[in-house]
Amino acid sequence: MLRFIRKRALASLISLIGLLIMVFFLSRLTGDPASLFLPVEASAEMKAEFRALHGLDQPLLVQFGTYVGNVMTGDLGESLRKARPALDVVLEAFTWTLWLAVITMTLVTVCAIVVGSLAAFRTGGFFDRFSSMVSLIGASVPDFWLAIVAIVVFAIQLSWLPTSGTGTLAHWILPICVLFVRPFGIIVQVVRGSMISALSSAYVKTARAKGVKSGPIIFVHALRNAMLPVITVIGDQAASLLNGAVVIETIFGFPGVGKLMIDSILQRDFNVVLAAILVTAFAIFLMNLVIDLAYALLDPRIRY
Amino acid sequence: MADHLLEVRNLSVDFHTVSGVVHAVRNISYYLDRGETLAILGESGSGKSVSSSAIMNLIDMPPGKISSGEILLDGKDLFKMNPEQRREVNGRRIAMIFQDPLSHLNPVYTVGWQMREALKTHGIGNTQAQAEALRLFKRVALPEPERALDKYPHEFSGGQRQRVMIAMALALKPDLLIADEPTTALDVTVQAEVLALLKELQRETGMGVLIITHDLGVVSEVADRVVVMEKGQLVESGTVREVYHNPQHAYTKKLIAAAPGKGDMHEPEASGDAILSVKDAKKFYGGFEALKGVSFDLKAGETVAVVGESGSGKSTLARILLRLEEADGGTAKWKGKDLFTMSPGELFKLRRDLQMVFQDPTQSLNPRMTVYQLISEAWVIHPEILPKAKWRERVAELLGQVGLSAEHMGRYPHQFSGGQRQRIAIARALALEPQLIVCDEAVSALDVSVQAQVITLLDKLRKEMGIAFIFIAHDLPLVRDFADYVMVMQKGEVVEFGTVAQVFDNLQKPYTQALLAASLDPDPDVQAANRNARLATAS
Repeated sequence: MLRFIRKRALASLISLIGLLIMVFFLSRLTGDPASLFLPVEASAEMKAEFRALHGLDQPLLVQFGTYVGNVMTGDLGESLRKARPALDVVLEAFTWTLWLAVITMTLVTVCAIVVGSLAAFRTGGFFDRFSSMVSLIGASVPDFWLAIVAIVVFAIQLSWLPTSGTGTLAHWILPICVLFVRPFGIIVQVVRGSMISALSSAYVKTARAKGVKSGPIIFVHALRNAMLPVITVIGDQAASLLNGAVVIETIFGFPGVGKLMIDSILQRDFNVVLAAILVTAFAIFLMNLVIDLAYALLDPRIRY
Repeated sequence: MADHLLEVRNLSVDFHTVSGVVHAVRNISYYLDRGETLAILGESGSGKSVSSSAIMNLIDMPPGKISSGEILLDGKDLFKMNPEQRREVNGRRIAMIFQDPLSHLNPVYTVGWQMREALKTHGIGNTQAQAEALRLFKRVALPEPERALDKYPHEFSGGQRQRVMIAMALALKPDLLIADEPTTALDVTVQAEVLALLKELQRETGMGVLIITHDLGVVSEVADRVVVMEKGQLVESGTVREVYHNPQHAYTKKLIAAAPGKGDMHEPEASGDAILSVKDAKKFYGGFEALKGVSFDLKAGETVAVVGESGSGKSTLARILLRLEEADGGTAKWKGKDLFTMSPGELFKLRRDLQMVFQDPTQSLNPRMTVYQLISEAWVIHPEILPKAKWRERVAELLGQVGLSAEHMGRYPHQFSGGQRQRIAIARALALEPQLIVCDEAVSALDVSVQAQVITLLDKLRKEMGIAFIFIAHDLPLVRDFADYVMVMQKGEVVEFGTVAQVFDNLQKPYTQALLAASLDPDPDVQAANRNARLATAS
């Protein structure tokens, strides 16, 4: 087990370094921060001074070397915009995103498992056809469109909920509901397919021959076997939420890491972009590790 | 009139499929009393399992539909009960064990958990369920019963898993046990143990046993009475002795005649040099020695049967001879050249001469290729054999040789029965005009009557075309009728080798004796005598 975790950590470290190199050099291709930060009328001397101050006058490779050296000591640099450590800025935004992702995915997982399982139990029945239709729509509807429609209906016309920003619990409702739709649609389909094969398996026949009730047959016997493909997809969907639901966060003015990343890229705040990528990549690595361990927890035949 | 324990009256079950209504069973009736064993004998597609599924309420409706009849348990019609009452009957009054215990046990829960569930479902408390589970595990003689409770199904052997199933089925002392092919997936010696355990438990509890099987040997070993089913209809019923000695229906006669191990034995007649000479072949899997030095010779047109139980190394031998895996020692001279050390180029040529037929034709034939594509693929790979213009003609000829016809060419494997699929697999092997065909359990998955047809076909090919066969099987009587030599293997070693007559008429080694003694004879009188002899030697 520990050996497995070490192996996975090492493999992730390598991809993390690759990612770092790519983002570092690509982001510098977007242009010179000095021309964005300083007023348009700033003189060439002022720009040169600004660059020297932030080490931007050095050759790229030297900049990279300094950056990697700093990262090793836990220093991810300063944010140009906010004049605070980039890591602090990112962690603050990431906390918002993490909450959004955790709440949304918990709701999605619970709802999708119940709906998908019940649909599979009576294949071809009314509930199955209804939930298939709903989940298909959910999986295919564009979320930015849904977000705008939701704002128009619930915030503007009905005035039940705030349009954007944060502050009260009500601010969370629309972003969560909009983010819920797509993963829900996808996961219901996966649960349904996986449960249909689990429910037609031989061990379910044995359970029925033992006289086990329908509830435990679905949610105890079949579900645990059907969960393996499902948690893979849950992980996949959760990863895209952790990356920051860029569009949704922007539409709802939600101060998450997705919005931060877009803003920092537009402002050429390189340190923040890099820190955001490092933090989310690390979070996704941790989540994948948890998923691998969940496999072993669910299925005793899997051992690392 | 006193009620029978179980009475099935005029039961008909239909399945509504895309290609129309299938009458799975039509108007069948039978009964079973306490303490009695009734066997339902039939081949695949006979509908032998359908009535038991109806008893257990395991038929999915739709597509299934019970179109007529009633099933009485102690005089009460199961079909008139509400779902909750039906559920209460399952497990408590009627229990069931199945053919393949690995897939019928839930892989993600411990067997102890599954045992306790059976008890708790019917209202027994946790502590008592735990104690009861342990007692039952001891009763079915599972090794280390305390520890066994915490293990998962995949940690047991096949025979042990079936013991777990039996313990679970007997948890609530049911009046009726339904056993659906309970020993088909097991080795013969394990089969004998499991059947003996079932009989013992029946004597203890006085339950009625309904056993569903395709195997006359199992019928003669355990059953009092038998009903024979063909294509959804009940064609014959009576006591086991009556039916065996005086079968009335043509189908029953055919089934009894098809039982292997009754014909004349071959004397090897091939002459000339050996085409294959294996010396001291070895294979390791890590530290485990799967083959501990196997040697034998084979001449053109000869059949050597390799017989052994699971883990004996018989399939490993086939795989290294075909270079599907690499041998770890020894030599195998194919016409004087060691095939264990051949270069890829030489091996490519060798593939023409050495062909293999696998156990399960459903898996070994690509489902998305037509019969024509499956057979002619060999000539795509070895174009020197036949010009493309002649392919259709030759495929038709090969299909004729294996008892199929040219019009089957455009069909896909799923449109054939199991026996026909195995014929296609044989035709495919013949396409390369091989000199040796290795058959790995090539008839084990087939019905008895189909088995006999396939074996007759193989024997014909051997005589007419001079093809040599290595025939791997787990069943001794099966190979008696047509092999020239028999090689008995156990734990990677050859324990006995000789002509069929030498091995069968003059049993030398205790293992071979045990193997043959455990094989079930279709004749109930012979089987009873065998059983008594076995008990006598055991005590």
